[in-house]
Parts: sequence; structure tokens; C-alpha cells
Amino acid sequence: MAGKTLFDKVWDSHVVHEIQGGPSVLYIDRHLIHEVTSPQAFAGIDKRGLSVFRPQNTVATPDHNVPTMDQHLPIRDQLSRYQVDKLTENCKKHNVTLYGLNDPFQGIVHVIGPQLGLTLPGMTIVCGDSHTSTHGAFGSVAFGIGTSEVEMVLATQCIMQPKPKKMRINVEGKLSKGVGAKDIILYIIAKISASGGTGYFIEYAGSAIRSLSMEGRMTICNMSIECGARGGLIAPDEITFEYIKGREFAPKGIEYDAAVAKWRQLTTDEDAVFDVELNYDAADIAPMITYGTNPGMGAKVSGNIPTLDEIETGNVATFNKAMQYMGFEAGEELVGKAVDYVFVGSCTNGRIEDLREVAQFLKGKKKAPNITAWIVPGSKQVEKQAIEEGITTILEEAGFKLRQPGCSACLAMNDDKIPEGKLAVSTSNRNFEGRQGPGSRTMLASPLTAAAVAVTGKIVDPRTLI
Amino acid sequence: MARDKFLTVTSTAVPLPIENVDTDQIIPARFLKATTRDGFGENLFRDWRYDKEDKPKVDFVLNTGKYSGAILLTGKNFGSGSSREHAAWAIYDYGFKVVISSFFADIFKGNALNNGLLPAQVSEGFLQKLISAVTKDPATKIRVDLEKQEIVLVETGEKENFDINDYKKECMINGYDDIDYLLNLKTKIEQFENSRA
Ligand code: SF4
Repeated sequence: MAGKTLFDKVWDSHVVHEIQGGPSVLYIDRHLIHEVTSPQAFAGIDKRGLSVFRPQNTVATPDHNVPTMDQHLPIRDQLSRYQVDKLTENCKKHNVTLYGLNDPFQGIVHVIGPQLGLTLPGMTIVCGDSHTSTHGAFGSVAFGIGTSEVEMVLATQCIMQPKPKKMRINVEGKLSKGVGAKDIILYIIAKISASGGTGYFIEYAGSAIRSLSMEGRMTICNMSIECGARGGLIAPDEITFEYIKGREFAPKGIEYDAAVAKWRQLTTDEDAVFDVELNYDAADIAPMITYGTNPGMGAKVSGNIPTLDEIETGNVATFNKAMQYMGFEAGEELVGKAVDYVFVGSCTNGRIEDLREVAQFLKGKKKAPNITAWIVPGSKQVEKQAIEEGITTILEEAGFKLRQPGCSACLAMNDDKIPEGKLAVSTSNRNFEGRQGPGSRTMLASPLTAAAVAVTGKIVDPRTLI
Repeated sequence: MARDKFLTVTSTAVPLPIENVDTDQIIPARFLKATTRDGFGENLFRDWRYDKEDKPKVDFVLNTGKYSGAILLTGKNFGSGSSREHAAWAIYDYGFKVVISSFFADIFKGNALNNGLLPAQVSEGFLQKLISAVTKDPATKIRVDLEKQEIVLVETGEKENFDINDYKKECMINGYDDIDYLLNLKTKIEQFENSRA
């Protein structure tokens, strides 16, 4: 019999029950909730007269809706405030731990989970948010669910899921200077398209992936959903164990040692078989940016938008629609396009390492006059660290201001909306029409590229500036 | 909790032949601030349907008055992006019972099934056939039979089968939901927990 993949090992050990011709009943170790996708789930269990089955396995924080300025004041938008209050009320009623606004542990769900040691290898982790795939960076099986499923987890600590197929993506070799995790994942999505991973769970492997920090690995796994995959994961190693050590809720002392010994088993067996296996060479990857309205429409920053001849016949309609929305032309050069906004933040690139990279680049430079920049830390802890490390000072000297943590312009539910028609370079994960505000136009890129754009005021290959 | 049972739907259809319709188009994030499941239909395809001043855009398919019905016909990779179940609620609340496409995003598909909205996947060729028939004659009727797992172009009798797993099919037909099923497994779930402790 063929060996098992890492994904199989984690998944299979959480199956409570198999339904003939149907999904598996999967036990969930860690459930994260936020204000937007949970109220209807709590209403559901209330209506059934149920209580939360395992309140200790769920952790809540408001992030999607919260303002990123003046967080000490009551939230001005009435509907947002009501949603955040509802979360507080539901958590209190059901004994669920909540890191509310102004709590030192508050932040974007996918930033706080890893940071607090709530995310551990071998776990099953779900959240009513598609970027739950982020946590896969620790060798856990983590994926986004709908609100009905949030209700299932609250009621029974289980969900029903058909087992996905398995894909492995190997990236071998050394990354060139100025190329980071975000470029790797934008490159992969551009190769396989915004739907190329649908039906699969991806394992990322290879020396280029292994060389990444945990933050970088999280960026990669985070965007698995952008190629349609349910999630992505990376086998844990010394870098993972080191990251976890000493975190607030991680195992400590001999418990930590015992856990590490167990986590070391979390690898894909050599003879395991994947449904699909793809191989890329790190040397082929350059700084990437998207030019269209789905994350699969990406190109080298230094390159051009594809010409119509380069687009597959089936995709011409989508391509033309995107060009019309973005106001771009097929075949056009990307470098030199004037940009209005720069957004650094989100669960993709709102971690301390991202802010460090941006600050390091900005040190001694000045913001371009035509740019409005929003730099938003992923969590309270990231904010604190940024202040302690002097990152905020560097940003201020360059003409920027660090905002307060939340999802912010990643989905523009709060006031951080890119105005209609304006062009933004964003470190977030989605460039859909209107994603960052009605009529806004988004180009996704790495924190380094975003910082370079903030200084030059236009699309620029960051390698020319470092 | 019991839901409406789904057996067959025979209806006219609304064609939306756009690919990669993501959940931000189905329901933009700024309309996700409600704490109940109701009323999302009003904001379905909000930014395609209404302009900045909230006036209907006359040429959008839901505003032309030409097409109506319980079936939405749409291009491949429908429902990509966010996991927001609000997308499925909005489509259902608007009055659709079935979405026919040549490819669905995973999470959307699951969310739809959990809300009595049938995501029926057909071949690209058959999808195009349906879209052109409806575009030519908006009175064209399509029959969706869940029991037989088939979609029929009523006038010509042309049909194609679609896949759905047996469990979900039974749930849709009987109006069962997953939580009822899981609640019945409580003892097994507790045994599982004990076995790992
Ligand atoms: S930062 Fe953006 S993608 Fe991440 S959880 Fe928030 S809204 Fe979702």
C-alpha cells in the first residue's frame, strides 16, 4: 500500500464517522470566529435551544468590520457596532473566549491564531473565512467554512466535508533578491489560474518553501484559496517548532518537547501519491503583480500585460472584461503606471516581518506626493512590536502613519475604502471588482513592491531600487 | 431544522454568461453587516445592478425585465473567493432555487447545498446551449429534476445529467440539514474525544 501524505495523516486522524456516498464527519480542534460570519450561527443554535458544545475550542475576535483609527472610541458605523456588540454578547452567553477591540490579543483571526500559539501542527482548524488556509503553514489542516458550518462546529465540534483530492507543488532552488513568498504564490496562481486548485488541498514543498520563515509560509498558504484550493499546508520543521516555542497558548516545558516529538511525524511519506504534482524553479520567479480582476491574472512587474494572442480562447471574455474595468490595454507595459493608493496589511501580509521589510526599504526615503498609503498591522501584538522596534518612527519619517489593526481595506467593510476609479497597489489577496471599495481598482503585490510603489508613485520593479 | 423539500423545478431562467463571478460580486462586503439571514436578495449583484446613486442600471440582466425565473445560468468558476454564506442566502432570497454553471467554487457549492439552493454543474457545451436557448427566447423552460439528477431543455427534450453526492441529495429531497445529522452522532463524537485523550 502506498504511503500517506501529510494531509491524509491529519485528516484521517480526525474522522469521527464516514457517510456512505457522502462526506466525512470531521472533528475540529480549533475554531476561530469573527463578527461577520458568526451571528447567524449563534442565532441558529439559540433557536434550537443548544449551547456551545466545546466552548474552550473556539476563540473569537472582531476584525472585519472594525475601524483602524480611534479604536478607543465607540464604533461610529451603527451596523458595524451592532455586529461587534453581538459578537461580545454571544461569546459571553456561551463562554467563548473573546479578544475584543483594544484587547492586547485582538487582531485579524489568521494573524492572532499563529501568534498566540493557538495554531499548532496536526490540528484541524476552521473559521468562517476562506483565508483560514493560512494556518496550514504549521502543518495543520485548516480551511474556510460557511456560516451553517460555523453553527455545526458550535453545536457539535464537527463538520461534514468530502475529502478533497491532493496536489503537491514543489518549488526548488534559491529565490533571487527582492523576490519573496508573495511573489511565489502570485506566480503559482498565475500559472494554474484562479480555479486551477478547485477540489484540491495543496501541499507546498521544495527547498524554496523550506527556506521561508513562518510568516512567508503563512503568506503562501493564505492564498491557496485564490487558486480555488480548499487549503494548503507545509510540513512542520525546526523553523515551525522554533516559532511556536514560548507562545502564549503553546505547550510549555516537557509538554512542548513531547509535542515536538509528535509533530516530527507530520511529514508526507516518500511513497505517498498525489493526484497532481507540479514543479517550479525558484530561479524563474520575479517580483509579481496582478493586472486584472482575479488573482490568477498576474505577471512579472517588469513585464507586460498579456496580448490577446497569449490568452486562451476560453478566457478572452473574462480578460476583456477585466481590462475594461481596470482601464488597461492588452500588451501594455506595467512599469510606470501611476498609482493613487498603497495598502500594506491583511492576513496575507500584515505580520511583523512584512512591516519590517517595508520599514527597511522606506528608511531614509520619502513617500511620493501622489500616494495615499494605509499601513495596517495585522494585530495588536504586531502594532506593539512595530512601535517597540521603531518601525512606526521610520514610517513617520517617510511620511506614513501606522493605523490600528483590522482587515481594513482588504475588504473595505469599514471606512477604509479606496475611492471609485482609484488605482491601489495592495499586499492583500483579492483584486476582484470593487473589493477595496465600489469602483476601486486593485493590483496585488508583495510588501516590498508596495513600498517601492509608495516611494516612486508608480508601478516599479523593486529590484531596481535595492 | 427542516427546510423546504427540493424535488423538481420547472422554470424560465436568467442568463448571466460571465465567468469567475466571485462572492464579492454576488454580495459586496459592505452589505454583510446584518446579523440575520434575511433580506440579502435586495443586494444581490449590488454593484452590477445599481449605480452609485442606487439607481438600477437598466441594461443589467435582472433589470431589463426580459428574463425571470427560479434558475440562474452562469459562466464557469461561479462563487469563487470568500466563504461568505451570504452569497448563497442572497441568491436564494432573490428567488433562485437552482444555479447552473459549468464549474463551481468549492465553498460556494457547499454553502448553497446547506441552504436548499441547488448548484448543478453541466458541461460547457450544454451550458452554452441553455444560455443561447434562453437568450433567444426568454420564455424557454428548463426542468431540473433532482431525483433523476438531470436538466432538461423542455421544448426540445435535450438533457444532461449532473452529479451530487447521495447524502446531500437525500438531504435536499427531504429538507434535512447537517446539524440534525450531527446532533444524532453526539455519542460517537464523545467517544472519539475520549479515544484521543
Ligand atoms: S484580512 Fe482580508 S482576507 Fe484576511 S480575514 Fe480579513 S478580510 Fe479576510
